[in-house]
Amino acid sequence: MSSASTAIRFDEVTLGYGRRPAVHHLDGDIPAGSLIAVVGPNGAGKSTLLKGIVGTLKPLEGRIDLKGPASGIAYLPQAAEIDRSFPLSVYDLVAMGLWSRSGLFGGVARQDRTRIEDALAAVGLTGFERRPISTLSGGQMQRALFARLLLQDAPVILLDEPFTAIDAKTTADLLDLVRRWHDEARTVVAVLHDLDMVRRTFPQTLLIAREPVAWGETGEVLSPENLLKARRMVEAYDPHADVCHRHVA
Amino acid sequence: MLDLFYAPFSEFEFMRRALVGVMAIALGGGPVGVFLMLRRMSLTGDAMAHAILPGAAVGYLVAGLSLPAMTIGGLFAGVIVAVAAGLVSRFTALKEDASLAAFYLLSLALGVTIVSLRGSNVDLLHVLFGTVLALDDNTLLLLASISTITVVALAVLYRPLVLECVDPIFLRSVSRAGTPTHLIFLGLVVMNLVGGFHALGTLLAVGMMMLPAASSRFWTTDITMMMLVSILIGIVSGLSGLLLSFHAELPAGPAIILSAGAIYVISVVLGREGGLLWLAWPGRHLEA
Repeated sequence: MSSASTAIRFDEVTLGYGRRPAVHHLDGDIPAGSLIAVVGPNGAGKSTLLKGIVGTLKPLEGRIDLKGPASGIAYLPQAAEIDRSFPLSVYDLVAMGLWSRSGLFGGVARQDRTRIEDALAAVGLTGFERRPISTLSGGQMQRALFARLLLQDAPVILLDEPFTAIDAKTTADLLDLVRRWHDEARTVVAVLHDLDMVRRTFPQTLLIAREPVAWGETGEVLSPENLLKARRMVEAYDPHADVCHRHVA
Repeated sequence: MLDLFYAPFSEFEFMRRALVGVMAIALGGGPVGVFLMLRRMSLTGDAMAHAILPGAAVGYLVAGLSLPAMTIGGLFAGVIVAVAAGLVSRFTALKEDASLAAFYLLSLALGVTIVSLRGSNVDLLHVLFGTVLALDDNTLLLLASISTITVVALAVLYRPLVLECVDPIFLRSVSRAGTPTHLIFLGLVVMNLVGGFHALGTLLAVGMMMLPAASSRFWTTDITMMMLVSILIGIVSGLSGLLLSFHAELPAGPAIILSAGAIYVISVVLGREGGLLWLAWPGRHLEA
């Protein structure tokens, strides 16, 4: 594969906590512009993988290479650890998406204001600008966070279970945004549990269960055999586990 | 009647100085207190205030009631305890609140012991409760400098400070400003406490920080307004506390904090944003 079209390259990556691996020996490329779902049982290492890509978790072994700078990643964590009681307006929350342009001190120019309004409109939150974030429902909060992702305007977008506990209408609206990002040739990696949604919307899938089970075209990856294999994942860790020697020299 | 408010300050220079000092403390302490509260670190402020005592006491032991010695000692001790408590909670099984409690109790005991090694009970009272009615030029300059630095630093750090409270993961994903911001903020807390310490003593210094901040939460949901309201409440408490102490012959420091406390109680009961009265009688519900 030519490296020019690779957005994220995994080189024998093992990610984990302490010395315990959560994702074992992942190797491969995510081509730029791909729309890829990461699927697997709870505890399979899906969130860990995203943390590794963002860089908040350093690999125990191997490397993760990004084509662009780390600031070119927009990351929506699982059930974002946002202090909802904090006195902040929806507008200000969404405006944070402009951080990479405005930084610590930069002002918000007039054209930025238009962009913020456009982002709010795109997620259907026009009229919510002045509302404190404490008054938003779960779905509205997720819409606001998607508006912030829109403003980040990043070539790579990582979504960690973005539609968990979100109603059908909101999910459909937000999925439209995901498709729009795909049409704009952005790389989108989303952790998902709804296999029907994955089959319908995501051309590529990575199935993991603490190590990659299958990776490729969604239709082939989500075969009954592969899913069964993933379900058999060993969750408990072995207290007497040996040092792993699988690394290829 | 108006004379009651005006005369003490027009007649006595020490009252004017006290008022200026308290206003300076309110200007820096209010906004810092608001951020401590929003970061759920209200008790951290209290712990840090106690932590300053042994440092100031060592300064006192070395140089007597000297402004620079006690200031430097206090800053030093405050920073050490903040860092040590942070390290203990990060690397041991203890959580931050417990480790701070341990450090501030130690600090308080150590500080009182050091002061009594050399001084009299009068000196001890001076250190614990401050001397707001005896602020000299240098102390006023120190207080004014601290509030100036604080206001400027908060203006510069405003964005990452807010972001670190609301969504720390997002901040980490877009910038590395998080940790330095936190450290500079802790530095501002220590500085303001050391300033407050000269006027109000170690035990009450934190009062001018947290009481106005906690009261302001009941009047607005906007952070900027919250900081302005807390400054206003600080100044009003200072003014009324000084007048109260003058007319009723009460000790000035406690009178100021009691005034702030009175405003706090009023805010809890009457505050427009979640005050008790509004919770009890919210009015009929709206259409949408």
